[in-house]
Amino acid sequence: MKTLFLALVLASGSAAASGERLYATCSACHGTSGAGSGTALPVLAGQPKEALVATMKAFKDGTRPATIMHQIAKGYTDAQIEEMAAYLSSRAKK
Amino acid sequence: MKRRQFISGLGVAMAATGCTGISRQARSHVVVIGGGYGGATAAKYIRMWSAGGIDVTLVEPNASFISCPLSNLVLGGSRQMRDLTLGYDALVKTHGVRLVRDLAQAIDLDKRSVKLAGGASLRYDRLIVSPGVDFVWDQLPGAQDKVLHAWKAGPQTLALRAQLEAMPDGGSFVMTIPPAPYRCPPGPYERACQVAHYFSAAKPRSKVLILDANPDVVSKGALFKKVWAQKYAGMVEYWPNFKAVSVDTGKRVVSELGERVQASVLNVIPPQRAGAIAAQAGLMNVNKHWCGVNFLTFESTAAPNVHVLGDAIQTSPLMPKSGHMANQHAKVCAAAVVDLLSGRAPEPMPVLSNTCYSFVSDKEVIHVTSVHAYDAAQKTLIVVPGSGGVSSAPGELEGVYGMNWARNIWADTLN
Repeated sequence: MKTLFLALVLASGSAAASGERLYATCSACHGTSGAGSGTALPVLAGQPKEALVATMKAFKDGTRPATIMHQIAKGYTDAQIEEMAAYLSSRAKK
Repeated sequence: MKRRQFISGLGVAMAATGCTGISRQARSHVVVIGGGYGGATAAKYIRMWSAGGIDVTLVEPNASFISCPLSNLVLGGSRQMRDLTLGYDALVKTHGVRLVRDLAQAIDLDKRSVKLAGGASLRYDRLIVSPGVDFVWDQLPGAQDKVLHAWKAGPQTLALRAQLEAMPDGGSFVMTIPPAPYRCPPGPYERACQVAHYFSAAKPRSKVLILDANPDVVSKGALFKKVWAQKYAGMVEYWPNFKAVSVDTGKRVVSELGERVQASVLNVIPPQRAGAIAAQAGLMNVNKHWCGVNFLTFESTAAPNVHVLGDAIQTSPLMPKSGHMANQHAKVCAAAVVDLLSGRAPEPMPVLSNTCYSFVSDKEVIHVTSVHAYDAAQKTLIVVPGSGGVSSAPGELEGVYGMNWARNIWADTLN
């Protein structure tokens, strides 16, 4: 049991967890693990990584207009955006 | 060294539970005090990120979660309390959090235990304290029994709505705002808009007077002032630098300079500090009002193995006391607690975000947002340069996003 627990938490401490933890800064609006539970925002879980990265970068450089995401996207480095996108694309579509 | 600390932590857990089963010996126990945006999120995420490997007990005296965000809409009449009231069932059923409906009365830092009002004690390996704010009524002698604050969503929200409904047209709603920092910086100004929204339809000859202890509107100032000047022209009046010091009747408030203002409905938002349990445990070590924390872990700077979240902390520069921020504190803390109880160093560069939507009518909304990242040199969280900002103007699309924000953060916190 103890071994199992350690194995599980060590797994969650891997590189994938970095994207998961970074994404948790978004989940108050976009839902735990990208699930989303509102009516207005797209479900992020299971989206292709490239599309997520391109969208965030477009918010960041202002080429895609937004009410709020252009202000939030500027808070993340390109590397952080890659990590979050990798995590979200690895999640099953809900 | 870290491994030895981890093993010794297990020893404490074993002694705490008194269990002898091998599977129990390996389990750490985290106690969370307070089931608001901070505490409930921390409980859920520790269970999630430890894959159920850490036992979590959440201590909360109230039967339901009542959201402060959106509660001003109850005053404005477009929402009911039931729209803001949610259960803790999913935390228990989906995430395996043990829920104890009781009030934490005292923390024994040496014994690592929490005494509950009901008489029981809970031992912990790590404790998370998310007590919200308490009101500093001694700065407003006698006011507590005479006026409503409605600054914790619940019965007072409904009582204030009832007073507004009973007020004759032509009356005045007077609200006092305490010196910053207080819970929800844009909240009082949103409340003024909500009352004005109600008056516009139901009592158009009435007035809203904002008496602010601060020198200017604390949050979204230009946007709120424009709304008052245009949408609620002639109805809303704003006085800065009015520090309320007493309430001589339930309908009259007195400033530090001796000005007296008469109201039809008086609403006093009192000065605030960290919740009572933080004071009892000696965690309120900044200006005797707020709890200092290490922003890598949200561990108290006053007590080891104790973490503090939400409105109760001394915030980093430009960080508001908001439900969204508490949800974010909780995740940095949950990750750190899982790491520490597993013998790993916590994340060295945590990131947090904030978004606050304010409803200036039943549909139109303005926002403020920011992204905060740890700065190792300054040992604090700073707003990422270039990030964040406010709405360009109030809008109904932002109203849709605001309602979606509420649904998602409630699910992220409780489900």
